[in-house]
Amino acid sequence: MRAVLRAALGGLPTLLAVLSALAMFSAFLELHGVPATEALQLMVKGAFGSAFAFANTLQRAAPLMLTALCVVLPARAGLIIIGGEGALALGGLAAGSIAMAAPSLSPTIALPLMALAGALTGGMWIAASGALRQWRGVNETIGSLLLSYVAIALFNHLVEGALRDPASLNKPSTPPLPAGWMIGTLPGLDTHWGFAVGALFCIAAWVFMRWSVPGFALNVVGGNAQAARLVGLPVNALIVGACFAGGAAAGLAGMFEVAAVQGSANASLLSGYGTAGILVAFAARQNPLAVIVCAILVGGIGASGSLLQRRLDLPDAATLVLQGLIFANLLAWEAFNGRIGRWQLQLSAPAEPARV
Amino acid sequence: MSEALVTLAIGMIAGAVRVGTPYLFVSLGECITEKSGRVNLGLEGILVSGAMCGYAVSYLTQSAWIGVGCAAGVGLMLGLLHGLACSLPRVNDIAFGIALMLLGTGLAFFLGKPYIQPQAPQLPSLALGAWSGDPRWQSALAVNALFPIGIALALLLHWGLRSTALGLALRLVGDHEGTARALAYPVLKVRIAATAIGGAFAGVGGAYLSLCYPGSWSEGLSSGQGIMAVALVIFARWRPLGCLAAALLFGAAGALGPALQSIGVTWGYHLFNAVPYALTLGIMIASSRPRQTLAGTPGELSLTR
Repeated sequence: MRAVLRAALGGLPTLLAVLSALAMFSAFLELHGVPATEALQLMVKGAFGSAFAFANTLQRAAPLMLTALCVVLPARAGLIIIGGEGALALGGLAAGSIAMAAPSLSPTIALPLMALAGALTGGMWIAASGALRQWRGVNETIGSLLLSYVAIALFNHLVEGALRDPASLNKPSTPPLPAGWMIGTLPGLDTHWGFAVGALFCIAAWVFMRWSVPGFALNVVGGNAQAARLVGLPVNALIVGACFAGGAAAGLAGMFEVAAVQGSANASLLSGYGTAGILVAFAARQNPLAVIVCAILVGGIGASGSLLQRRLDLPDAATLVLQGLIFANLLAWEAFNGRIGRWQLQLSAPAEPARV
Repeated sequence: MSEALVTLAIGMIAGAVRVGTPYLFVSLGECITEKSGRVNLGLEGILVSGAMCGYAVSYLTQSAWIGVGCAAGVGLMLGLLHGLACSLPRVNDIAFGIALMLLGTGLAFFLGKPYIQPQAPQLPSLALGAWSGDPRWQSALAVNALFPIGIALALLLHWGLRSTALGLALRLVGDHEGTARALAYPVLKVRIAATAIGGAFAGVGGAYLSLCYPGSWSEGLSSGQGIMAVALVIFARWRPLGCLAAALLFGAAGALGPALQSIGVTWGYHLFNAVPYALTLGIMIASSRPRQTLAGTPGELSLTR
């Protein structure tokens, strides 16, 4: 009983944060003369209300899990990386350019090749942020965001230039994937395989962090880099490695967007999955297993945007406002965590205090 | 060819002022915040909110200056939010900045939807180029009215940080919290005030974007000026006059793309627009040192540790 209560207390700040964010969002909507209860009902309906809505939610959750890992893995090593959007863009571009370079390959060879290209490109991009911090002392939060802007410029330059399909007139794109290359849907669901892969990567990351020696070393580095150095851990290699793995996940997200959703690399890739992934990672408190749940919830918020727009005539930025409110509340309620820690300690103390 | 080069040079000089003014305001604001020992990455969100609010109010009241004032007010409130939230125990200022970036942008996009179409009155400009017969110089030297205000604020801050009791309190709080506490300075109040004022500066920077150059409200208005200003303050070593110089440099770099386009270079438009980001990164690489803090770094700053 006490153990259950103790575990439940750990989730309390997150729950309170979400509730207060929803309350603020409702107040915000009411101020604009929008019926808040109806809007919240519509959001649930638009996210989980039908098979179509649920598939849409999971389809959005797939890249979110991977871009959240791009925040979680470096965060375990003590870095705040926010450049996942750029890694996703370049990963998608690398995957798309494989289709351009070798359209005659069979899909069984081409798809792994695309995944590899996407992961490598994204990984290198985020690893650069980690390396710049370790060897040059450049703040990784700003560095990764600047690199992300550069990546997006590079993406636009190449998609509108060297890698452009001449047939794509209004919307510059790389050449479409050859027939038979598109990744199909999961059995029984209308969601592509990227969702399963993303969830698998989250579980793998959790197992790695929880049960493996390098995973433990990574947590030591994140806890106290100086102590890690003193016991002889390869701090720089671990940090850059974690950044590479995170970037690889984001790059893979880009590859799945190209190979399972868009069919080519174009500006639709840049729809904010990188930024929303940061929210997912913080909502999950940098726990890879919790990322799966949070990605589905945040994906649901995104999926409900179009229904809000159609029914209540709300701007699509309404979902952005809710995301921002949740993020800010999550961090602010963190302050409450210290008190909860004391409660948890009390609960884990022996029931009958020993008499002196 | 030489004629094209003159056009390019004029374009860059004009751009240094035109594109650099928002950098100047945002970086001065961030300079005040960071001097108190906090980082506000949310200035990007505040900038966008300021741009939207300034434009909307200017449209509704038909006065651009009231718009600028309201943008400063919105920035003040959002900065206050950051300052208060980060005063809670265990709240990380960098993480809350990211949240504020998302929230400010979302609010601005939501509330700004009706103002994308209408035309709001713009801020006036000063015709400093009237002496020249060359229309290129005339348009280049049509300096916006906010730029001289920015210079005045930079000078005022330069003096205020050095020579006033308030400036000393700000620097002490940011340099060594323990000492400030021992001397009974209200550490949290100073930090909250510094973050709020920094937000007001960023709000004005945003109003410049929508009321001067580019001069209209749209969702793609900001191109990360709020984030680059944080890097720019590091480059300027937390000196207000350094911020002025850095803002002009970044303005010139940002004007490279449009200036090249004006003389007929169409290749690599996106790449030239990315020059400010690359420049920021290059400057950070050149000016940061591992395991050694820069001269002038506020001691309590989490950013450079």
